[in-house]
Amino acid sequence: MNKTYNQKAWFFVIPVFVLVAFNAVVPLMTVVNYSFQETFGSNVFAWEGTRWFKQILHSERFHASLGRQFIFTFIILLIQLPLGIAIALTMPKKGWGVPVCLILMSMPLLIPWNVVGAMWNIFALPDIGFLGNSLNSLGFDYNFTQQSGDAWFTTILMDVWHWTSLVVLLSYAGLNSIQPAYYQAAEIDGASRWDIFRYIELPKMKKVLTLAILLRFMDSFMIYTEPFVLTGGGPGNATNFLSLDLVKMALGQFDLGPAAAMSLIYFLIVLLICWVFYSLMMKNEGRT
Amino acid sequence: MKKIKWIVPTFYIIFLMLPIYWLLNMSFKSTTEIINVYSLWPQDFTLDNYRTIFTDSTWYMGYVNSITYTVFNTILSVSAALPAAYAFSRYKFLGDKHLFFWLLTNRMAPPAVFALPFFQFYSSVNLFDTHIAIALSHCLFNIPLAVWILEGFMSAVPKELDETAYVDGYSFPKFFFKIFIPTIAAGIGITMFFCFMFSWVELLLAKTLTATIAKPIAAIMTRTSSTSGYELGLLAAAGSLTIIPGAVVIYFVRNYIAKGFAMGRV
Repeated sequence: MNKTYNQKAWFFVIPVFVLVAFNAVVPLMTVVNYSFQETFGSNVFAWEGTRWFKQILHSERFHASLGRQFIFTFIILLIQLPLGIAIALTMPKKGWGVPVCLILMSMPLLIPWNVVGAMWNIFALPDIGFLGNSLNSLGFDYNFTQQSGDAWFTTILMDVWHWTSLVVLLSYAGLNSIQPAYYQAAEIDGASRWDIFRYIELPKMKKVLTLAILLRFMDSFMIYTEPFVLTGGGPGNATNFLSLDLVKMALGQFDLGPAAAMSLIYFLIVLLICWVFYSLMMKNEGRT
Repeated sequence: MKKIKWIVPTFYIIFLMLPIYWLLNMSFKSTTEIINVYSLWPQDFTLDNYRTIFTDSTWYMGYVNSITYTVFNTILSVSAALPAAYAFSRYKFLGDKHLFFWLLTNRMAPPAVFALPFFQFYSSVNLFDTHIAIALSHCLFNIPLAVWILEGFMSAVPKELDETAYVDGYSFPKFFFKIFIPTIAAGIGITMFFCFMFSWVELLLAKTLTATIAKPIAAIMTRTSSTSGYELGLLAAAGSLTIIPGAVVIYFVRNYIAKGFAMGRV
């Protein structure tokens, strides 16, 4: 669409700008402020320069939780995207099945995150949970509160349960936007199922998939509440993801300076990855 | 091939329903039964857990609080995002692309980063422990999302619609409310669904910004679990009840969702 230049459009944007700036600017500046200072409690601060940043960037603990975070997000994207697309492809296109599928699949998205954690906790407990009890009676030695492998397995399964539907809903929307004419043309050309997917469906889903990847990346990279309730970061530090570590540092030990520096580094990592990805996708789009 | 297609969604839905069923199953058991007996359905069916929640005001007020700020936030986010999304979809203006990306960056800020400054900031403007505080703070991630989704829907409406209306003598506000908003009703429905969803499920900020008066149900659940030991039955019942508002919202917007998704724009 060819847009016209109109500087007055700014007036339309002002409410959004004010509301978001109110929430974003002051708290972010507070974090920036803390990140350069040492606090001794009771509002006494001393300038520390970049000491906290250096300390965090060289800290083993930060490297470990950042590493865990990247592995977790990578696994999540690797499972949820193909699975979500596969489910969207096999979902009914019309009839009574559509609302039933949409309603049931949206359910996990609408449950408060700590309830998701608590629900999976009691679902996976080895003695009284369905998942834990079933796995153990099948002969697996499963206990997510003791064994880090099991804790990872449970956390990933929980996230797949929680968020795959978002990918499904978005992909489904993308698939529905394809005109029947495309399929008819493909049929005349004798295209195989894979060709239809590769050359018609996938390109048409590009825009919604970009959104899905961005949202899933951001949210899984910032995951906090669910693992906090499910495993509390444990056993040991096995599932101690970046957010969990950050909150432990900020509220638990009250190390405001290092916690603020870590927050900024964390935020910049998310920002950088999203920006690179967003620019790449938009560049190939050829500016619509 | 056609025949077995339904297997994938069916298995997926079964997988989704299992933990929810387990939660419901536990909510109808007493805590002693949960701990001592493993059974696929309640052996000693009881409604006591639900009775406790509906008779104790610290419990049921949690639901009232959560619903209050969620509804307030949804209205606020969508009504602020409507004109902004219109501006982004129709006009070019100084710094538009940067502003759009800046809005998105707020969706990328980990809430854990903001928890402490938010507490201090909202305390200093005397909004701590109010519904308004949570509704405002959730704008941080809901407004960018609302602008993003609405902009998509609005760009799908041809510009000729605007121009024809002006030729017919409509003023801008009259056009916007009488013609444009009904045209993108499905989009607004979907946007409200997403805003409601993200505000309803968020806990970290809601918990940080409240003490007693505006405490959300999710936070009440965490507090109860730590003080009086694990009242598993009660927690399961409270958890089950948090699913209901979401289910009601999906039921109401299901046509919008099907229609909006049919337009292929989210």
